Amino acid sequence: MTATVRGARVVLRGFGWRHATRRAPALSSIDLVIEPGERVLLLGASGSGKSTLLQALAGLLGDDEGDAGGSLEVEGGTRGLVLQDPESQVILSRVGDDVAFGLENLAVPRQEIWPRVRAALDEVGLDVPLDRPTSALSGGQQQRLALAGVLAMRPALLLLDEPTANLDPEGVQEVRRAVGEVVAQHPVTLVVVEHRVELWHDLVDRVIVIAGGGVAIDAPAATVFTDHADQLCELGIWTPASSGLNGSQGAARPMGPGNAPRALGDHPPLLAADDLTVSRTPGAAVRGGIHAEVRAGRCLAITGPNGSGKSTTGLTLAGLLPPEDGLVQASEGLRQGASAQPHRWRSRELLTRVGVVFQDPEHQFLSTTVRAELEVGLKALRMPKSEADARVTELLKRLRLEHLAEANPFSLSGGEKRRLSVATMLATRPQVLVLDEPTFGQDAATWRELVSLLRELLDAGTAVVAITHDERFVAALADDVLHLDRNEGSLATAGAAIDDGSRARP
Amino acid sequence: MTAPHVIARHDAESSAQSSWWTSVNPIARLGAAFAIALCLVLTIDWVSAATALALELALLPFLGIRPAQFWRRTWPVWLAAPLTGLTIVLYGETSGRVWFEFLFARVSDGSISLGVATMLRVLAIALPSVVLFIGVDTTRLADGLAQIVRLPARFVLGALAGLRLVGLLVEDWRSLELARRARGVGDTGRLRRLAGQAFSLLVIAIRRGSRLATAMEARAFGSSKERSWARPSTLGSRDVTVMLLGFLVGILSIASSLLAGTWNFIAS
Repeated sequence: MTATVRGARVVLRGFGWRHATRRAPALSSIDLVIEPGERVLLLGASGSGKSTLLQALAGLLGDDEGDAGGSLEVEGGTRGLVLQDPESQVILSRVGDDVAFGLENLAVPRQEIWPRVRAALDEVGLDVPLDRPTSALSGGQQQRLALAGVLAMRPALLLLDEPTANLDPEGVQEVRRAVGEVVAQHPVTLVVVEHRVELWHDLVDRVIVIAGGGVAIDAPAATVFTDHADQLCELGIWTPASSGLNGSQGAARPMGPGNAPRALGDHPPLLAADDLTVSRTPGAAVRGGIHAEVRAGRCLAITGPNGSGKSTTGLTLAGLLPPEDGLVQASEGLRQGASAQPHRWRSRELLTRVGVVFQDPEHQFLSTTVRAELEVGLKALRMPKSEADARVTELLKRLRLEHLAEANPFSLSGGEKRRLSVATMLATRPQVLVLDEPTFGQDAATWRELVSLLRELLDAGTAVVAITHDERFVAALADDVLHLDRNEGSLATAGAAIDDGSRARP
Repeated sequence: MTAPHVIARHDAESSAQSSWWTSVNPIARLGAAFAIALCLVLTIDWVSAATALALELALLPFLGIRPAQFWRRTWPVWLAAPLTGLTIVLYGETSGRVWFEFLFARVSDGSISLGVATMLRVLAIALPSVVLFIGVDTTRLADGLAQIVRLPARFVLGALAGLRLVGLLVEDWRSLELARRARGVGDTGRLRRLAGQAFSLLVIAIRRGSRLATAMEARAFGSSKERSWARPSTLGSRDVTVMLLGFLVGILSIASSLLAGTWNFIAS
């Protein structure tokens, strides 16, 4: 940007908001002043209303979407918003056109548009030709593209809504660096919503926590995590301490006298992949040379950057996709009379053998109530009603979904959807549980719950396969790591199943 | 992801075409196809359709489209045209000598000539419509529709951005299919399952659409201001030439049928 813009001043007085479709207000009576050039980290558990507040600041809550109360003023200049999901905020099919889109809407004259587009791309460090297809960019690049699109508009208020939640670790760093550069050069007012506190707390000067629709904590970034540690933990918010591996609840299982590692013989193999090549659609191999072993009571983490074929590998191990080449072999203990190749199993045969929790919970919902959703698999197994009811009731309780038994699965919050999608797979008690990015965008409370639930399953002898970017998750649970790098067909790394020994066994 | 493959194919297609042709404004291509169709729907006779088809095939090499690509894109037309013709031959208006009769089917001199004329006409109208749009850049098309044809910008840009979601929805559909297998309901009731799956896709499509709308709104889309255009879309002499050629094909085919005395105005 050539012209420097002064940061905006934000003033909220008794601000409240109720979504048109909800009875309870998302936000009530918020009093807040954000000074020009201030950098604020906005925190809150999922469903606390922080995203609603950000949308209100962005001016995206129209009268037809709900009722507002009090006042909200943004003094000075344009506002720019970057959203969480890279895929849904790419607007046009070429990089240059996408950045120019906002400028066109602001009626910036043509001769000014292209220099501003180039300057914005420079600032976020996206060094690609203007006619590069936006679909060919990585997630981190797409987020920087979105940031460039917003920067080109010369905002006085920059709003970021979990901009790194869907990215691999490399993409997270790219975006964090780009935002750091931008705020170092321009005195914009910055408001970031993020779960990853440790990533942003160096950059911000103030932390505001939203809970129960109001401001729960408003404190300087330098002291908030020491002064309010207990309260933050209670609210289910990540703090730099709980994010680290030394935290009490997020860390690896304690190793004690009774916790000596068991011999591998105590973990019979259930699935084995031998020189496996995987593909989404037959004929289009994603990667090859994969060797992996899934054992009862052990957690195999499949890691690697976006596009390395992690999910495809996981789904192939789970018998949802046929191998392109090579074999996935089920052990005698797992197949129990069914074929030795999981992809040949009938859909019903999968239920008690391998459960898959998809990355997007909505993809696997089939029913109109939470209770019915949990019954789907049990009905397919033709389980007697009394037994099925007992299982469902137990699961609802265990995953804290009792109060939502009659709710529509699509209407749940992000964390609740994740819990339900795991519960649907646990209902039929499969021997192997495959989870695709189970912790994506989850708050600290849901994360902890998920980890402790999976630990219980592992202790009970279930095999867990987790496709994940989440290093904390790997540290807390993984016994074996299958790392796939971007380099297609690289046998050396793809084949290496490393026992990292970080997790102790009972 | 399927999207990168789509792009790659698109690039390969445009690079095979002559640079002269790729620079033609999509609106001019639209205009040319429209001119041909407009002239040819006025009459049903084999002379005009055959003339148009012959002229079109003569012009085809100038577009620089590879034969493989030509057949891949146009095969449905080559399949549909004879089938349409055959239907008319069997069931069309009877006149002259009757050659063959079975149930309601009656093949006569009249129905044969009408069938042939129809087949040629389908080819003469549909082929340019398909061929002229091979390798069209949707962004340029949208620019033209908004700036030259003056369709409302909100509508055109909304459709353009929405088009990008199609690739994502194809992915969603695959995930939905796999998820149903994982949930134990993939063995039976295929029809019912497809209906449920279609409904889920609809829900997901609406969510994706509204997220995209939010992203567009966040970039000041839909404000009351008259927007500016980063990419000007204008019609140059080259574009006018293309449209005139389309019109010429239409006029020559009408003239040929008038000269041959086969002109058969549809309204009469």
